[in-house]
Amino acid sequence: MVALMGLAVVLAVLPLLLILGTLIAKGASSLNLAFFTKMPVPAGETGGGVLHAIAGTLMIVGAACLIGLPLGIGGGIYCAEYPGSKLSTLTRFVSDVLNGTPSIVVGVFAWTWIVASQKHFSALAGSVALAMLMIPMVTRTTEEMIKLVPHSLREAALALGYSRWRTSLAVVVRTTLPGIVTGSLLAVARVAGETAPLLFTALGSQYLSFNLDQPMAALPLVVFTYATGPYEEWHQLAWATALVLILVVLVLSIAARLATRRKFSQNG
Amino acid sequence: MSPSATGSDATLGGARFGDRLFKALLTLTALAVPVLLAFLVLELWSGSREAIAKFGLGFLTSSEWDPVEGLFGALPLIFGTVVSSALALLIAVPLSLGVAIFLTEFAPMRIRGPVSFLIELLAAIPSVVYGLWGIFVMIPFLRATLFPFLKDTLGFLPFFQGPIYGPGMLSAAIILAIMVMPYIMSVSREVLLAVPNTQREAALALGATRWEALTGAVLPYARSGIIGAGILGLGRALGETMAVTMVIGNRHEIAASLFAPGYTMAAAIANEFAEAVENIHLSALSYVALTLFVVTVLINAAARLLIWRVAQGGGGKSA
Repeated sequence: MVALMGLAVVLAVLPLLLILGTLIAKGASSLNLAFFTKMPVPAGETGGGVLHAIAGTLMIVGAACLIGLPLGIGGGIYCAEYPGSKLSTLTRFVSDVLNGTPSIVVGVFAWTWIVASQKHFSALAGSVALAMLMIPMVTRTTEEMIKLVPHSLREAALALGYSRWRTSLAVVVRTTLPGIVTGSLLAVARVAGETAPLLFTALGSQYLSFNLDQPMAALPLVVFTYATGPYEEWHQLAWATALVLILVVLVLSIAARLATRRKFSQNG
Repeated sequence: MSPSATGSDATLGGARFGDRLFKALLTLTALAVPVLLAFLVLELWSGSREAIAKFGLGFLTSSEWDPVEGLFGALPLIFGTVVSSALALLIAVPLSLGVAIFLTEFAPMRIRGPVSFLIELLAAIPSVVYGLWGIFVMIPFLRATLFPFLKDTLGFLPFFQGPIYGPGMLSAAIILAIMVMPYIMSVSREVLLAVPNTQREAALALGATRWEALTGAVLPYARSGIIGAGILGLGRALGETMAVTMVIGNRHEIAASLFAPGYTMAAAIANEFAEAVENIHLSALSYVALTLFVVTVLINAAARLLIWRVAQGGGGKSA
């Protein structure tokens, strides 16, 4: 029976190794300077890069962070600082609900709210959808992290005559800052790879654009378009783009995990 | 702490004002979450109003999908979503439970951390990358090996008959299984870790082997939490979009054969929403999104409740 479980472990880890292996085998050969600095070429020609999508992902995810992180972190601090209040119970519950909401549903929401009323696709609508996915994640992790701060620390600050808000910001939040950064990084890593909410908000584009009010390309959208397209050159580019995307996501999530691990080993 | 920092708040009035402002700001951000949810429900509802008015609840039981005629029914989508997710769980639950048990009860200490870390990394891979891998690596492999094998050995069953296309229900189920496994694994691992050690020790003290302690004392205690983990995985699988769209074949049909192409609710929204021109088509897709949302909310609420019961320690009226 234990042998069977060992087999289960092998079966469980195998896909990760297979996926990473194929990505490197098929994608690495297409990675060169041009891939990062050039725009796409017309279908059928070889070469070209994904500069437009790299810029687009940075813009869309950046704007999503500007909207989502303050709201998420603020909500998390509220839930931890006023744990008994009705609002924090509600916020906690709603965050769990939103965390389980399929990202495609959030995409439909952003479309109905922004795209339909503006009558055109825009990168901003994509950012709003991504922010909507980040907020509940960040709210929950921030609260969990702040709850780890020993009560004595808070009491010491209050006893020294600190007002409540100064205690919260300068002592409690500051102590948990690495944890909050970890939570935020994990949220960024997750939304950076999201495709579904961008399909009919940011839509994708063949051009380099920095205008959030217009359609914009993004790395996951490029992977989807190129993978489902008919050309061999496109498939090549899809593998290379996926490799870049996964490197970004894995580096972010590993960095986030290492940050908390260090924190815990210091404490314990 | 520098003395000047405390000094600046010396006046009580200033401190009170600061406190009030701080609480007001935080309250606003905390309010944002419920307000956003209310907004989401409202927008989905207003988006689907036209389709709800026209098709009513019959939408969920009709299999017509004809954008040209303006006729829509979501039954094939619901069928595809349920079947692909259920099959995925059938594969993923035993596997992840095996891994979770191995990691908490049997594995040597030093491999526990790295193995669960590797499996959790699987959860970080974007859905679209799974889809890409599914199209170009997994499907050709399955079409050459597993599918013909199933057809030859179990071909008398209606599930394994008909032509093998490659993209289809079974391919979608397998990729979904790989994708939800990390979630089920990590939640069941936490649930198993939450089982008090006295439970194991009591069984061992009575002369049980480690295996008997596991099946007789640990698993019954953790049972509702493990079911919760499975349901949480189900919630993930139901809403998973990109990878499924890329490997399921995307056809509005209900077929008995698992080799046949199918469709899911999420995949239909992903494929048709940006291209839909008629209002009623958009509204029907919005109706699908609303249905999917309601289902996932219910499923997640049930899962949380079950996991929470184990965490509270009340989970295990022993079997």
